[in-house]
Amino acid sequence: MKKYKKFLKPLIYSLTFIFFIIISYRSAKPRYKPEHFTDIFNDFSWLGNWPKWLDFPLMQPLNSGFDWLIVKYGLFFEGINNFLLGLYTTMKNSLVGLPWPIVIAIVIFITYFASGRKTNTTVMVAFCTFFLGFLSPRYWDKCIMTTCIVLIGMLLCIVVGIPIGIAMARNKKIRNALLPILDLMQTIPSFCYLIPGILLFGLGAVPAIIAIFVYAVPPLIRLTDLGIRLVDKEVIEASEAFGANKRQTLLGVQIPLALPNIMQGINQCTMMSLAMVVIASMIGTRGIGDEVLLGLQQLNVGMATEAGIAIVLLAIIFDRITQSYGEKIQERTQPKKEIKF
Amino acid sequence: MSKIEIRNVYKIFGDSPSKVLPMVQDGATKEEVLEKTGHTVGLDNVSLSIEEGETFVCMGLSGSGKSTLIRHINRLIDPTSGEVLVEGTNVMDLDQKNLIEFRRHKMSMVFQRFGLFPHKTVIENVGYGLEVQGKTPEERNKIAMEKIESVGLNGFEHQYPNQLSGGMQQRVGLARALATNTNVMLMDEAFSALDPLIRSDMQKQLIDLQSELKKTIVFITHDLDESLRLGDHIGILNGGRLVQVGTPVEIIMNPADDYVKAFVKDVNRAKVLKAKVIMSSTNEANGIDKSNLIKVNEDQFIEEFLPQVVCTNANCEVVDKEGNTKGYITNKELQKSLSKS
Repeated sequence: MKKYKKFLKPLIYSLTFIFFIIISYRSAKPRYKPEHFTDIFNDFSWLGNWPKWLDFPLMQPLNSGFDWLIVKYGLFFEGINNFLLGLYTTMKNSLVGLPWPIVIAIVIFITYFASGRKTNTTVMVAFCTFFLGFLSPRYWDKCIMTTCIVLIGMLLCIVVGIPIGIAMARNKKIRNALLPILDLMQTIPSFCYLIPGILLFGLGAVPAIIAIFVYAVPPLIRLTDLGIRLVDKEVIEASEAFGANKRQTLLGVQIPLALPNIMQGINQCTMMSLAMVVIASMIGTRGIGDEVLLGLQQLNVGMATEAGIAIVLLAIIFDRITQSYGEKIQERTQPKKEIKF
Repeated sequence: MSKIEIRNVYKIFGDSPSKVLPMVQDGATKEEVLEKTGHTVGLDNVSLSIEEGETFVCMGLSGSGKSTLIRHINRLIDPTSGEVLVEGTNVMDLDQKNLIEFRRHKMSMVFQRFGLFPHKTVIENVGYGLEVQGKTPEERNKIAMEKIESVGLNGFEHQYPNQLSGGMQQRVGLARALATNTNVMLMDEAFSALDPLIRSDMQKQLIDLQSELKKTIVFITHDLDESLRLGDHIGILNGGRLVQVGTPVEIIMNPADDYVKAFVKDVNRAKVLKAKVIMSSTNEANGIDKSNLIKVNEDQFIEEFLPQVVCTNANCEVVDKEGNTKGYITNKELQKSLSKS
């Protein structure tokens, strides 16, 4: 029995390989193929250049599959589109409608309490926020648009990513199945999903949000998974030994102790979202990214740099707020060692 | 009926333990099994019974399976084969829900590296067992405060574990185990991570608590002095096998094999052996010089009357509480009992 197992996998792999070759040969156009397939073994000229019949047909089925998806599940995607677009528009309109000093005040308020009343961080973030409009008055509204896209993208990442991360940490099979998918999501060029995004959701903010999700959710999932698995085994054992059920262990012990790592994941998630927003401007997403694009198109170095600085400032604001919140949590779970008597 | 009974428990770690089990049952040693199958034998046919209200010390070097054994009692680890009976119920027959109830109300545990929750304060840590039982905060804080007082940590209840020294942390662990008021307490090398002075302090505290509470304690240690001090019975494990079970005196006077002999070699016998153990009874003791006698209580340890014997070169007369003569100890017997055999 055991001897069989050893050969099973290589056998499956080689059979699949042969199957692929047969498919590629059969689906190739007749003019590329030799007259009869036995000619392959008589005339070896095809070994020189890569023969045109040895071409795995992936493009056609993908295209037709995608068309089928649009026809069959069009309504479903439209629903997602309407939901996300509605969320984005409400958020954007209400923020753009507010007077700018109030928006800055809100940012200061959030930072002050998220950072655990740290004055330094608050002053720096306030200054950066002010500088967004100070750089160019045009940027203010565009930065708000970008922020809204990033926030909705992050929200989506958190809602989907953290539960998946938890599931991965608890189940080895799920982890093994998901890790290659996460690798794929991180390495596949972003245009490969930006363009189907346009076809499914049209131009604008929604494909950008989807692109942000695809690009930024893997680090959050990974860090959630890692954070939960890194929780001291003896602490988990202690919780089990006192009769905690799985939910009590997860909510009372594992998640609180994994929070610093999860916050790091959210921080990573934000940074990657901002990077994606610039790329998304190429598919017509409005925001600060299109200023960079405009500057590039006009070869206007000053304009591109100015917009670039605005993006950096935005990144600093996001980073400082999430980082300092993470630090605050970490201080709570791992207080400094000072023995008081 | 015994409080805890362990019957023919085997535990094998590896990919397919049930296949290796027959080989272990046929008497293969740990090394043979590891070499032939790559499986590690954790426990090899361990049977023992622990009476209500006693302190049972399980001793062995690291890797002897003692921590594995203790985790079978509350089923943090499932045995490969065998039964664990606590108050007559087979722990292996419990389903998930009953197992949780069992852990909540029948057992508590103290861990080697304390297993405290770093994100909870001392009082929250102590009340954790009650928290998972679903008690209200007022109720559990009241009980937790009592237990914190009983281990002498008043005033530290709102500190975090990291702010306490090792000895104090383990007192928190002890208080947490006491808070659920279970009859059985499992202590997994509870004092091994502490320095010698604090360790002996904690041992004394445990002895005091035990004389009051009369719990059934299963205590794991690799320190023979500790086991002699705390244990009513001692079980010695070697390579997953239980080599000897007995009272401290039995272990010292009649070590079962070379392994146990090596263990007890360096013990200070004068500290462990009592007068009544080494005396020869009245009718056996003929021809003793009764002119020069010291009166010794039967429950005194040798070290308590040894200096007197050395000074006066006298023989001892062993008496019980009422003053009746129980037997005699001559220099010859003293010499025999103190020399390392």
